[in-house]
Amino acid sequence: MITLIVNGTRHQVSVPPDTPLLWVIREVIGLTGTKYGCGMSLCGACTVHVEGRAIRSCVTPVSAVAGKEVTTIEGIPESHPVKQAWIADDVPQCGWCQPGQIMAATALLAANPKPDDAAIDEAMEGILCRCGTYQRIRTAIHRAAGTTSKGGAP
Amino acid sequence: MSGIVTMNRRDFLKAGAVLGGGLIIGVHLPLGTAAGMEPPGETFAPNAFIRIGTDDSITVIVNKSEMGQGVYTALPMIVAEELEVDPSIIRVEAAPVTPDYNHAEWGIQATGGSTSVRTEWERLAKAGAAARMMLIAAAAREWKVKPDQCRAEKGFVLHRASGRRLSYGKLAERAARLKPPAEVLLKDPKEHTVIGRPVRRLDTPAKVNGTAIFGLDVAIPGMLTAVVARPPVFGAKAKIIRHDQAEKVPGVKRVIPIDAGVAVVADSFPAALKGREALAIEWDEGPLAGLDSGRQRDQYAEMAKKPGAVAARRGDPDTALKGAAKRIEAIYEVPYLAHAPMEPLNCVASVQPDRCDIWTGTQMQTGDRNAAAKISGLPPEKITLRTMFLGGGFGRRAVPDSHFVREAVQVSKAIGKPAKVIWTREDDIHGGWYRPTFHNELAAGLDAAGMPIAWRHRIVGQSIAIGTPFEGGMVKNGIDETSVEGAADSPYEIPNFLCDYHMAPAGVPVLWWRSVGHSATCFVKEGFIDELAHLAGKDPYQYRRQLLKKHPRLVGALDLAAEKAGWGKALPEGRGRGIAVHESFGSIVAQVAEVSVGTKGEIRVHRVVCAVDCGRIVNPAIIAAQMESGVAFGLSAALHGAITFKNGRVEQSNFLDYPIIRMDEMPRVETHIVRSTEKPGGIGEPGVPPVAPAVANAVFAVTGARLRTLPMTPERVLAAASGK
Repeated sequence: MITLIVNGTRHQVSVPPDTPLLWVIREVIGLTGTKYGCGMSLCGACTVHVEGRAIRSCVTPVSAVAGKEVTTIEGIPESHPVKQAWIADDVPQCGWCQPGQIMAATALLAANPKPDDAAIDEAMEGILCRCGTYQRIRTAIHRAAGTTSKGGAP
Repeated sequence: MSGIVTMNRRDFLKAGAVLGGGLIIGVHLPLGTAAGMEPPGETFAPNAFIRIGTDDSITVIVNKSEMGQGVYTALPMIVAEELEVDPSIIRVEAAPVTPDYNHAEWGIQATGGSTSVRTEWERLAKAGAAARMMLIAAAAREWKVKPDQCRAEKGFVLHRASGRRLSYGKLAERAARLKPPAEVLLKDPKEHTVIGRPVRRLDTPAKVNGTAIFGLDVAIPGMLTAVVARPPVFGAKAKIIRHDQAEKVPGVKRVIPIDAGVAVVADSFPAALKGREALAIEWDEGPLAGLDSGRQRDQYAEMAKKPGAVAARRGDPDTALKGAAKRIEAIYEVPYLAHAPMEPLNCVASVQPDRCDIWTGTQMQTGDRNAAAKISGLPPEKITLRTMFLGGGFGRRAVPDSHFVREAVQVSKAIGKPAKVIWTREDDIHGGWYRPTFHNELAAGLDAAGMPIAWRHRIVGQSIAIGTPFEGGMVKNGIDETSVEGAADSPYEIPNFLCDYHMAPAGVPVLWWRSVGHSATCFVKEGFIDELAHLAGKDPYQYRRQLLKKHPRLVGALDLAAEKAGWGKALPEGRGRGIAVHESFGSIVAQVAEVSVGTKGEIRVHRVVCAVDCGRIVNPAIIAAQMESGVAFGLSAALHGAITFKNGRVEQSNFLDYPIIRMDEMPRVETHIVRSTEKPGGIGEPGVPPVAPAVANAVFAVTGARLRTLPMTPERVLAAASGK
């Protein structure tokens, strides 16, 4: 049995220790907001926080996070400035990558409350969006941070 | 195309006829509750598209799949306008599969071709207006007044003289007893308060808090998960399957050969994956075992030496070429492309003796439903297909052979339990159904003034329709219309013109990929016209303008893009602009790209200005989002995308070697909409085609290097620059 703390709730899970955290969150705990996109830490759709840091749950063995605080999209309050900004800027299109985008953005702002465009690019370039919502993501992060965007590739 | 076509052929022949431009089924207003829907009691369902609850809830049943393009917002807005409700209160429900919800022109339930708004507008407006009229009639009867003394406003019917009012919910039961109006009165567009406004997407909150349910998120009791060991070469068949090791993997329940390959069924996705890794399969690789992209290119070039089937011809291009003051020839090539939607393909199926339930994100419900009926042995009405949110579609989820649904139904039937089949990203990238690769040979001749007098364009590429139920409607005289669209109908005024086509041998499964043929032909047409402008020593914007005099809407979009982009104004050192304009799916998009090129040949796109004329519009915010999306999608292909083959195998496997653009590569995209009263055009696809040529033309403006092959990799940029 492995003890997991997800969004403040303790879970005892009985899975092989090398099971990727992503699939424990989705299939065992039943929280499907965290998405699968590549399985190789290439797209970031599976991004969650472990002890506040953004990690890729598709390549993180569940045993590595035993007893640690895991936060998923469902654990970010609705009132969080990032979620609010996402709504204000109408960011999502298909929506599949957005939980990962939001988890990366919330971790970025926790570490760097006033990121410039370069800092945003650096924090976000690992999260792919096939619909191309990047421009709105950048705007929304600036909105959440209370800063303004220069916009566009530098 | 390989595989067994299991859909109802009759349905598709109808669709095919429409795709070919022949059959248009008139808009009708289905009245009464749609079969297969079980609305809760005491609701008012005046037609198949609207349900009003006694709790004042308003549900719009949407017959199009939401894959990011915004149909779950734009279509309800059309209803909201006529029904006089705030669109933000509308609940959206995915339509079940019944003829009431067929595509208004295709005769099947499907989403594609950037047709949703333009084909549903009238029908949904009428549905909303009919409901409004019935609610007003119910209130008038209640108050014993004339209906024309009442009006609808924000979910209420009001009686002007007395100030009485009743909510739609309060009127729902009474309205439900009335006969629907024989004729409906639509609002004057001048009175519109919803249509034409930047209404926020209705699906945003669920997509921001993680509650939106996509196909891959569906979990039902007793469900098992399967992955499929798929053939390493298209058309290969499993010869010997050794599954003893796979079955020893903890969690693996069954190993089942199905049409698509060998399914490993387990109690979790990771277990299924481990089980698949433990399989040992010997494949009979079949005729494509030697497929090689280099050799295929040579084969296409060889085919291009001979005249093809004529798609369009004017004058005598060969003679005109001989007499031209200047001549130019070029070869343009584009590769196979994967759609790579972020949500990998998946389907949940539950086959029971008396019913079959399917949960999936699909763009082609009728075919999928019929395929499930055939496999399960149940009549179509016993199949319940629930359309979930699609984590991207781009055409990939509209498959003529319903393969990703069929495999889930086959697995569920075999195990007697609900089954979810999940494609890994590698399965997706290896899995075929690509945008075809095209080889294009061009020749043009200019007169002494530099204007084109001859244009010849020969296209070699696979047909996406051949061998499918769509063949009858889409392939005529050996020409797949999607292979030549955007090329054969070039709007440039050139007196001697030829576009001909060679259908390349089938084999690699190919499919419509966001903007279909235009994704290739626009690059060629807009690149080559730029070459002509350069050869003539003329400004590429003005040159296009001069050749488009008979197309005021194209000129209008071109002018708007040029103006907003500051065409002709100075740019910082090292930056250049390129322009392109193209009509597709009933809309016109002009784009100006601003780029710079690094010393290693890397292209940086800083800004893309889009001017779009899509006729009458519903939601300008969605139009802007679709332009941003089209630019991003088009740029991924322009800069990075290519599926190639060696020894019959796809050489790419995941986002590492099939990259799509990232945050730091996203240019600033500006969208300007031409005000128009023309009939509505599409918006999901038309933003894609002009990106690649606008960027290629801008690279030429900066470096003098002409890029005629996609993707525009740094190596190709350097090679073109050194050979210029």
